[in-house]
Amino acid sequence: MTFVDGLRCRECGRAYPAEALHVCDFCFGPLEVAYDYDAVAAVITRERIEAGPRSIWRYADLLPVADAAPVDLGAGFTPLVRADRLAAELGLGELWIKDDTANPTGSFKDRVVSVALTKARQLGFKVAACASTGNLANSVAAHAARAGMESVVLIPSNLESAKIVMTAVYGGRVVAVDGTYDDVNRLCAELTSERPGWAFANVNIRTYYAEGSKTLAFEVAEQLGWRAPDHVVVPIGSGSQLTKVAKGFGELRRVGLLHDTHTVRISGAQATGCAPVATAFAEGADVIRPVKPDTIAKSLAIGNPADGWYALDVIRSSGGSCAAVTDDEIRAGIGLLARTEGIFAETAGGVTIATLAKLAASGAIRPDERVVALVTGHGLKTAEALAGTVAPTVTIAPTLEAFNAAGILDETVAGPPS
Amino acid sequence: MTVTVRVPAQLRTLTGGAGEVVVEGDTVGSVLKALDTEHPGFAERVFDDKGELRRFVNVFLADEDVRFLGGLATPVAPGQTVSIVPAVAGG
Repeated sequence: MTFVDGLRCRECGRAYPAEALHVCDFCFGPLEVAYDYDAVAAVITRERIEAGPRSIWRYADLLPVADAAPVDLGAGFTPLVRADRLAAELGLGELWIKDDTANPTGSFKDRVVSVALTKARQLGFKVAACASTGNLANSVAAHAARAGMESVVLIPSNLESAKIVMTAVYGGRVVAVDGTYDDVNRLCAELTSERPGWAFANVNIRTYYAEGSKTLAFEVAEQLGWRAPDHVVVPIGSGSQLTKVAKGFGELRRVGLLHDTHTVRISGAQATGCAPVATAFAEGADVIRPVKPDTIAKSLAIGNPADGWYALDVIRSSGGSCAAVTDDEIRAGIGLLARTEGIFAETAGGVTIATLAKLAASGAIRPDERVVALVTGHGLKTAEALAGTVAPTVTIAPTLEAFNAAGILDETVAGPPS
Repeated sequence: MTVTVRVPAQLRTLTGGAGEVVVEGDTVGSVLKALDTEHPGFAERVFDDKGELRRFVNVFLADEDVRFLGGLATPVAPGQTVSIVPAVAGG
């Protein structure tokens, strides 16, 4: 069973049934899933969760759909890794990396898609669709294959080749659009009116889809021993993930699973080439001005972020910060995380780490805080962004002489490990 | 001049179910006002109380967001299409 109490417009409060609806018919505001939190609180316990599957579905009581056999590839319950070597480089204290590269298709999108397609299937949809910057495309195509649904995935034609391969391999329809992600998104928003029989994960099913991101907060709290972090750094594309991470911590408190009373500070990370939220934050503005993206962080290249305003509101009200980093800083961030912690992140992860570094240097993130950085996608997806910056140290003939001549770690030749 | 307006599902109760309607106008703003004259109810759904586009309404002229053009004052050429699209999508 679910504890869903219908949908409600976030702007004007109008109520709607829990169907394939994503915006208010009257004011076009986003619809949010409403839960009966008192009923959740009456049944949910830490033990009940800990006895559940090692996936997002252990938190089913706080998800918008219940199903004995969800559309599931094993999304979630990814490692939360203590990052002391990275913390030392950045002058921070207790730092953790939420390693969502470990998801089935290599990004956090598996969380939201597992929820979205489970709900879509229950609503009777046979076709799963989406507008994607790549990670969502991978995940929708994979989960649709798993569920035996048709898939139609629309992507900008200039995506990284790995993301195109990782979508097309699952056998669905992949429509490459000559345009930006915002063009693709507009097309899908229009298509939703013309193809009402298709479940567009991030359009008409978006209300449910977005809820999947709350599991990032649920897992972080559980993996910290049912404690809240002080500060979380979240990359911003549409801004949905950031708002749902904040909502997730709030819900744990609301249903009695988290006893910390402090507000979790939420900081946002963007690329300079697509920074509508960071710009509004820096200017103290109340409106998000759309931009034309130009960045290697293609998974965050959303110039007109649907939840930008709400993300800004969460950042400000939680006492967080927001910054943007250049393409060179993004590549350096990817390298820094790989070199210090052994985690290979995609460009969006580079944005998170570079922003973490920037906010640590400015004092916005303090050494006395328990900090969690969300690394949301795997580096192999965007390996081409590093072309020319990483390569073999040396190329040699297969001989001892050649190896010795290359001088590899000569300073450690002295003897066996002690 | 005559302009085609694409109407999202959420507003088709105002057009008798039609997804495309044809109205007269020479700017994006005048097209939307003409739409309200022919199909009463559009204005309160699309404009806020200051007469600006609501925060969650996107309007496109020939598939370009009018906020990158001249907003409601953007001139409309004959044969162009104006699309009204809910802003909350994607990501």
